[in-house]
Amino acid sequence: MVTPALAVVTALFGGGLVLGLAQSLGFVPAVGMDSLTVTHFTNVLGDPDFIDSLLLTLYISGTSTAVAAVISTAMALILVFVAQKNRLVHFVFQIPLTVPHLVIAVAVVFMLAPTGLVSRMAIKLGIIDSSASFPLLINDRCGIGILLTYVWKEIPFITLMILAVLRRSGMQLLDVGRTLKANSWQRFRYITLPTIFPSLGAACLIVFAYTFGAFEVPFLLGQTYPMMLPVWAYKNYSDVDLLARPEGIAAGLVIAGVVIAAIAISQALTQAARRRGVVL
Amino acid sequence: MRSSHGTIASAAVITAVVLPFVGLMLWSFSNRWFYPDLWPQQWGLRAWDYVFGTAGSQILTALIQSLLVASVTAVISVIIGVPAGRVLGLYEFRGKNLISVVLILPVIVPPLCVAMGLHLWFIKMGLAGTFLGVVLVHLTFCLPYSVFVMWGVFSNYNPDYEDQARSLGASSSKIILRIMLPMTFPGIVVAGLFSFLLSWSQYLSTLIIGGGRITTLPIILFALMGSGDRPVAAAVSLVFVVPAFFALLFSARYLGGRSITGVR
Repeated sequence: MVTPALAVVTALFGGGLVLGLAQSLGFVPAVGMDSLTVTHFTNVLGDPDFIDSLLLTLYISGTSTAVAAVISTAMALILVFVAQKNRLVHFVFQIPLTVPHLVIAVAVVFMLAPTGLVSRMAIKLGIIDSSASFPLLINDRCGIGILLTYVWKEIPFITLMILAVLRRSGMQLLDVGRTLKANSWQRFRYITLPTIFPSLGAACLIVFAYTFGAFEVPFLLGQTYPMMLPVWAYKNYSDVDLLARPEGIAAGLVIAGVVIAAIAISQALTQAARRRGVVL
Repeated sequence: MRSSHGTIASAAVITAVVLPFVGLMLWSFSNRWFYPDLWPQQWGLRAWDYVFGTAGSQILTALIQSLLVASVTAVISVIIGVPAGRVLGLYEFRGKNLISVVLILPVIVPPLCVAMGLHLWFIKMGLAGTFLGVVLVHLTFCLPYSVFVMWGVFSNYNPDYEDQARSLGASSSKIILRIMLPMTFPGIVVAGLFSFLLSWSQYLSTLIIGGGRITTLPIILFALMGSGDRPVAAAVSLVFVVPAFFALLFSARYLGGRSITGVR
């Protein structure tokens, strides 16, 4: 009964990766290329554009995950008291979960573009005198627009993962901590944090993996150079020069590799830390 | 002190969530809105008329195409996902961990990598640029999702009812139709909605495999953003968000909103 599902996933996903790997290794028998070579990978890894893209991507994924994680933790600690009573807040808070990233990226353009709503407001308030003096917030060097989109989208996701744990087991423990005269920092550090850490970590990983490999948001809100890795990979893949295509696929596989490695490493670290008795 | 924190947090949450949609609304109902005015100079339905009024328009075609792709993907995901979820949720057997790894990978690895790898193969099989090809590439990550949802549903499912029905002489098909499906129905709807939403939001995998011949709503939206027609892009964005709201309303109504966590 599991077989059809596994067969479809293995054929499409496994097939996609294996065929991608074959192409990026220069193995395309259909066009008479049947020798294996790692040149495409070395070309990609040695390309200065690739290094810049990789660094930018790590910066965007890392920053959006970290910012979302901090705000989400605070949010969860507040909402655990609020949302149960206030159904409206609880409902509104979940809206970003299902909204496609693309819609929010479009809304961010409308708000933060030099002729966007925020810029119009700044003119009304007399902060700036023309759109030219409005700071670049989309297609900018720091990726402000991308970061904002991701943080907006991911906060509810991380918060709800934490909230579920807090509601299940966190609250009674906090009362115990209070009776033992733990101050609020101690209660957070030694009770709340260890309680939420596994789900917080898991949620952050998913967010990191997503933001590392997603295309739409940086394509719309990113700058032309350096590009985020998924955009760079697709640009190579869709290049008129067909020789760049295997390099695009190779870059795509590097993305897949980083995502899988991030998950494997964090799993291993968490388990090793647990074995050594570290309270996480 | 707690309650004032709560009020501020609630107000902040509502403002932050609603704000982007206010911008989209304003733009979609503006006929003329030059910089630096804070309000449109002329309100109107030009954008909405352009989206729904123009018969046979590209946008309407894309909307229908998107609905078809996402619906077919969701239906196939559910049909294959329910039996798989049932086995994984009800029975213990060796290799279950491996199966969960195999199923979680397509959810985590970006669709970009898979779509690029599959493209050449799909071209050779005549699937590139076809409806079926796009559905297949969407299935790669929609199907695992629906399996995971149904896995969770069947972990809390009591198969004793089926034994009772069988002892009363019910046939297998009757058991499925009268017991299993009704009891797991909310879960099935959620699995379908998730798959629908995942497929509905896809851009790059559709672009690569569809090759411009399968034009879905996100593909039109990117083109509109490039052309700079903000009111129409805003209206299309708002249409694009409708299924997301339905999914949320449904899950809030039937599941307390819990299992919606995890849609990307």
